[in-house]
Amino acid sequence: MATDNPLAIEMRDVDKWFGDFHVLKGINLNVKRGERVVICGPSGSGKSTVVRCVNRLEVHQKGVIKVEGVELKDDRASIDAIRSDVGMVFQQFNLFPHLTVMENLTLGPMKSRSMNKADAEALAMRYLDRVRIPEQADKKPGQLSGGQQQRVAIARSLCMEPKILLFDEPTSALDPEMISEVLDVMVGLAEDDGMTMIVVTHEMGFARKVADQMVFMNQGEIVETGPPTEFFGNPQTERCRTFLDQILKH
Amino acid sequence: MTSENRLTRFMIVLAGCLVLSACSSNSEWGWYVVNPLLEGGRVNLWFLIAGYPSTIYISAIAAALSMTVGLGVAVMGMSTWRVFRIINRIYVEFIRSIPLLPLLFWIYFGLPFLIRGTWFEFNVDPFWAGVITLALSDSAFTAEIYRSGIQSIAKGQSEAAQTIGLTKWQTMRYVVLPQAIRRILPPLANQFIYIVKMSAFVSVIGMQELMRRANDLNTNEYRALEIYTVLILEYLVLVLLISAAVRWLERRMADGEVR
Ligand SMILES: Nc1ncnc2c1ncn2[C@@H]1O[C@H](COP(=O)(O)OP(=O)(O)O)[C@@H](O)[C@H]1O
Ligand SMILES: [Mg+2]
Repeated sequence: MATDNPLAIEMRDVDKWFGDFHVLKGINLNVKRGERVVICGPSGSGKSTVVRCVNRLEVHQKGVIKVEGVELKDDRASIDAIRSDVGMVFQQFNLFPHLTVMENLTLGPMKSRSMNKADAEALAMRYLDRVRIPEQADKKPGQLSGGQQQRVAIARSLCMEPKILLFDEPTSALDPEMISEVLDVMVGLAEDDGMTMIVVTHEMGFARKVADQMVFMNQGEIVETGPPTEFFGNPQTERCRTFLDQILKH
Repeated sequence: MTSENRLTRFMIVLAGCLVLSACSSNSEWGWYVVNPLLEGGRVNLWFLIAGYPSTIYISAIAAALSMTVGLGVAVMGMSTWRVFRIINRIYVEFIRSIPLLPLLFWIYFGLPFLIRGTWFEFNVDPFWAGVITLALSDSAFTAEIYRSGIQSIAKGQSEAAQTIGLTKWQTMRYVVLPQAIRRILPPLANQFIYIVKMSAFVSVIGMQELMRRANDLNTNEYRALEIYTVLILEYLVLVLLISAAVRWLERRMADGEVR
């Protein structure tokens, strides 16, 4: 592993099609270690697809994606290497409904990192503390609120001790009063742990607070990038300006 | 649940009325032939009831076989390899379209010629011909039950499992199957009812089960109405018992799933 490489994620000229539909068009994106990137853009612009290509939930057809210096190819070894470095938090939480919170958290460490049960549970308790719901360990996901479920999902990713965390609209499925409890946890990860993060979100307050780099996507292309002060203060393209106007109005 | 209970009760009452009205109506009926209060009726009734073990045995073995074969066929249907998916489609469509009786005859009378002299030659007696026929014809349905049960588990579940480093096999074993089994078991148990009913066909090649015994008794007694009424009640009791078990299973499965 190239530890001298300062780039956590490198995407070069990435193209992807769903059948005939050209969903990603020449995506170039570099994410440095410890950097936080926030991606926004209208629905259907390809934000999820970009993020899902990074951990190989989707396969790109052209271009190069490197994660921690390892190029994503079809072989098992590179996919396994990348999966162990990259955690992901989904819009719909995707917790395992038949398992308790504790079992959700220990499954990965026990099965894929061959940890014993006691160690895995100790690890899980540490991260449940971290997301501030240690008392829910023995409940099933269905008994928790949306905000609590998403925090469990974050803890589940953290239990794999990833170097990079991907968030795909982590607060979009939540009732408004639960959004901040999830964002607070994410801000904590960014500020206290210096975690490398790519976050797809429309929470612009969060973006202003933690983003090092803003990315605006439209119709499968990255239209605009830049640090948040410039991005919000002086958007370069018309499309980005109207988009920001629309979401900041609310 | 309550409506199903009411339906069950209604059917039992209906059957009871049928028997009562038949006993009391007129002399055309000859319930003596299966009347448990008479020596001869008792013997006949016992002869009919003694078909239960065969019917249950053949159905249970056929169901077990069908569940195993069906699983294999379903796994092929979900393979990333096109060849396996094509084999699955052909198997399911082909088996589903063969009527039971022709399949039974083909296996009982035809299969012995096909396997003669090969390493898996075996004596195709009525019992095994029946088991194979029922299992084959049912396996196309169980395969589809497995497949739709597994595919009904949201894609996000296996994606989440992959992101925490589980292999494909571990994802199946720890995430998908435990959830799918709750949707698979009840319809699978319902398929068992189908097998029980279809097992009556095996009587035509001489298997001594419920149906065959009713036929044989009728040949001696010429009391078709009474004997076949008892036969139908025999199947009714068996099927009602199985459906009660299925409902119990469904309730247990639902309890396990906190949502
Ligand atoms: N599996 C798929 N098959 C076909 N089209 C897809 C698939 N996933 C996404 N798309 C399409 O690709 C486009 C981009 O999707 P997505 O990356 O989810 O956008 P966003 O997250 O920005 O809303 C959308 O038009 C969507 O309909
Ligand atoms: Mg999306």
